[in-house]
Amino acid sequence: MSRIVVHGLEKSYGDARVLERVNVTAEAGEFLSLVGASGCGKSTFLRILLGQEQQSSGVVIVGDGPIVPEPTPQRGIVFQRYSVFPHLTAVQNLLLVEDFRSGGPFGRVFGARRRKARQDAEAMLERVGLAHARDLYPASLSGGMQQRLAIAQTLLGRPQILLLDEPFGALDPGIRVEMHDLLTELWTEHGMTVVMVTHDIGEAFKLGTRVLVFDKVRHDPQFPSAYGATITYDLKLDRKTRASSHHLAKVAAMVGTTRPDTAMATTAS
Amino acid sequence: MRLRMINATVSRGGALFLGGLPFLFVAIAYLIASAQRLAANPSDKLLPSPVQMWSAFLDLATVPDKRSGDLILWIDTYASLLRLFAGVGVATFAALSLGIAIGFIPRVRAFLLPFVTVVCVIPPLALLPILFIALGLGETAKITLIAVGVAPVMVRDIANRVMELPPELVAKAQTLGGNSWTTILRLVLPQIMPRLITCVRLALGPAWLFLIAAEAIASTEGLGYRIFLVRRYLSMDVILPYVAWITLLAVITDWLLVRLSQAMSPWAHPVEAR
Repeated sequence: MSRIVVHGLEKSYGDARVLERVNVTAEAGEFLSLVGASGCGKSTFLRILLGQEQQSSGVVIVGDGPIVPEPTPQRGIVFQRYSVFPHLTAVQNLLLVEDFRSGGPFGRVFGARRRKARQDAEAMLERVGLAHARDLYPASLSGGMQQRLAIAQTLLGRPQILLLDEPFGALDPGIRVEMHDLLTELWTEHGMTVVMVTHDIGEAFKLGTRVLVFDKVRHDPQFPSAYGATITYDLKLDRKTRASSHHLAKVAAMVGTTRPDTAMATTAS
Repeated sequence: MRLRMINATVSRGGALFLGGLPFLFVAIAYLIASAQRLAANPSDKLLPSPVQMWSAFLDLATVPDKRSGDLILWIDTYASLLRLFAGVGVATFAALSLGIAIGFIPRVRAFLLPFVTVVCVIPPLALLPILFIALGLGETAKITLIAVGVAPVMVRDIANRVMELPPELVAKAQTLGGNSWTTILRLVLPQIMPRLITCVRLALGPAWLFLIAAEAIASTEGLGYRIFLVRRYLSMDVILPYVAWITLLAVITDWLLVRLSQAMSPWAHPVEAR
């Protein structure tokens, strides 16, 4: 729905440079998987796209103009932790979206609009398989249910871009496969641009239309934080490359965390 | 098999028994000491018997005062609770509005946090003479002392809690269309509510202290005033029941606040709610 253009992006915290020379263009409707070793700045990159942090230099264009430097409804987010509001039940979490969007100064819609919002919320709960948990607080939902609720909530906000920060990182493998299917279905239905940070290379290959590897290319042994990470590998995925163990092994070697065979298994699942 | 001390849990009845023991111990110790003193000197005033205390308490609660015709206990209780709740109420309102503003809005934080931090370390009782001089000896000075005494700590506590809100939730609220005001209304306020109530519970201790201090110095009725008045006549038969009465009021208030928190924020009390 919206394209993302990043040019010459750089991010430093004081002397420590995290990201440098990041250039990438994502067409509307693409699904970008960001992988890389821990602490390589891929989450920082996502937070910049979210508007939670600002780049030190460089240009980020989202949709038609430069990125607004604060979170807006244009970009939805699903975090790994604190992904839903703990003080609201499942259905209230979904109603909150309409309350925020058109609730005015009370942050709450009333009357016919509330009934409509309630219908939408119930339908969405049904869609993600949480109808039975509508009146439960997130604390009594399992990790997978919480993430399903978080995705439902974010989608009700109708974002043009969906940002995912290791959304399935804390889930059991079986639940993870379920979540992959749900996410793929919803992405096909809504067609938004997705940027997902993940540690799981198999997941990156299975879900994405494109895999971006973040890594450092320059090293200063005296001052390790002198140089930041950049995109070192940009692989468009089609049916052939997705199934290719060669590409998968190559990315796994770059990231240096996952064993290629388990990643293969995830991709095949 | 014997469990380690840190793992051996207590049954419900056992907990009730153990929890009651210290009370029982103090009561028995008092009864023995009181009986011994009264046996030696029946007109002893220092450790009155329970019967003497009960009759003195009942007199204050049910027999109108000869001079004013008032039921002293209820007049005192009403006056003290009014001051206490007015003072704590003002402080709570300040904690909520200032605490959220300082914790959530960077400009307000830069503007007010240093000031509040400094005000926090002023001993409130040192301000009491100033308040009496500036505001007179009436209710305003006493209520102000309580409010000034407990508000700064509450403001800081709430501000800290707001700053500790997960940035993820704040970002998420904004991606769903929340602006500064609606994010406060729908995210910060409900999230902070259980903490605010805990804060009030903790503040009630110092609030009673300031109340009794203010009443002891300048007042014509009130629980603290009465205790300090009858101190001149060594009327332990009034002082001890009054202290017990204040304790009971404080315990009831605390219990009510816990119930309020459970009713308002069931999500924050998952175990008790079931």
